[in-house]
Amino acid sequence: MAELQNYQGILLEGAWLTLQVALLSLILAVFLGLLGALAKLSHSTILKGIATLYTTVIRGIPDLILMLLIFFGGQMLVNDLSYSLNEWLNELFTTYNPEHEWYSFLPDYIDISPYFAGIITIGFIFGAYMAETFRGAFMSVEKGQLEAATAYGMSKLKIFTRVMFPQMMRHALPGIGNNWLVLLKTTALVSIIGLQDMVKIAGDASGSTQQPFTFYFAVALVFLFFTTLSTALLKWAEQKYTIKTR
Amino acid sequence: MDLSIIVNQYSLYLNGLWTTIWLVALSLLLGLFIAVPAGILRGSGNWFAKGPVWFYMYFFRGTPLLIQLFIIYYGSAQFDSLRESWLWDYFQEAWFCALLAFTLNTGAYTAEIVRGVIGTMDKGELEAAKAYGMSTWQTLRRITLPNSLRRALPAYSNEIIFMIHGSAIAGVVTIVDITGAARVVNARYYAPFEAYFAAGLLYMCLTFSVIYLFKKLEASYSQQ
Repeated sequence: MAELQNYQGILLEGAWLTLQVALLSLILAVFLGLLGALAKLSHSTILKGIATLYTTVIRGIPDLILMLLIFFGGQMLVNDLSYSLNEWLNELFTTYNPEHEWYSFLPDYIDISPYFAGIITIGFIFGAYMAETFRGAFMSVEKGQLEAATAYGMSKLKIFTRVMFPQMMRHALPGIGNNWLVLLKTTALVSIIGLQDMVKIAGDASGSTQQPFTFYFAVALVFLFFTTLSTALLKWAEQKYTIKTR
Repeated sequence: MDLSIIVNQYSLYLNGLWTTIWLVALSLLLGLFIAVPAGILRGSGNWFAKGPVWFYMYFFRGTPLLIQLFIIYYGSAQFDSLRESWLWDYFQEAWFCALLAFTLNTGAYTAEIVRGVIGTMDKGELEAAKAYGMSTWQTLRRITLPNSLRRALPAYSNEIIFMIHGSAIAGVVTIVDITGAARVVNARYYAPFEAYFAAGLLYMCLTFSVIYLFKKLEASYSQQ
């Protein structure tokens, strides 16, 4: 227990980092989810196809594999791309000016930080789950409401912001809550791609103190605190936004 | 993209696929033995039985699977009494720790499904069973469980898919499952894109086979 106190500060910093990653990915996921749901409900076959491909592929592949693919594979892809662009630009200059010397227009090595790779991956994954949630919620908004809004002469944008969106959110709230709880637990994986979150810190600390159980259990308790708090808040929000009927 | 790497290493991937399949299948089966009694007890009125089950489900559903695996795999080494006992033969094996973590995890999530379907059981059917003079045990075995099983199927197929996806972390603790195989291939060739892409494809095949099988199963159940 004394060892735990020595690491208290750094563990709390790690917990804050975990929370940051989770919240920022949630924002990205909600954004992508809304786009995905709107694409799925649109009349365009291409948009529908892209959205269906997105949600299907994501739900078929584990989050860890996607994370490793985006972090390591994406890193290589970006660097290869930047290198070939450099080469192409230099060749172009050489054809017009034979004395042109090689110059790196784009950096030779772009380092993707695990922080952003983590947020982008988790946001991208949960965007697919959110898209399904939002699609269901959009569809459960009563048609009569939209017809009434049209009859009032509201523009399409107004219908969306004043009628569709607020009512859709009410239906989507339980689904968003469930996704958030899963997302929160998924953030533990960012330690595998090297981010100094609380899981990684606990791993380093248990190596130097020989007390792995103490540290990992402490991390488990922090996660338990986050999930408990979230569940309580979600219950409160659902009660607040529920349609009050008698 | 260099596909020859994947083709050359196909046996490694197939072994990984097999490891993933048996690890997940065995955890799901063992998890079911925890989940059914736990789910029934959780819905019961007895606080003495309800309390520990509540705590078990609360802990395993509220923390990440990765942490549960680390607590069991790394954490067990902290206890000298455990290290000196015969149990250590098992706890030092990564596959045993993964199996234990996955079983306890899926047991907790499945118990929640069990509790849900039993709680929403049609009252009329239970009353009919009572009117027929069935005992509590008979009602449970003949009416509640078969009826609940059918209604639990969609949620349970989701749990299986979560378990397949969750099992990917076994590769982090030296087990050569699909993810483990991809990590080995990446270490050998430094070709992360190809290595993880192949793993992703295998997981996708596995996931969609399960979805397909359960759709068939659900269809055959609802026809009856």
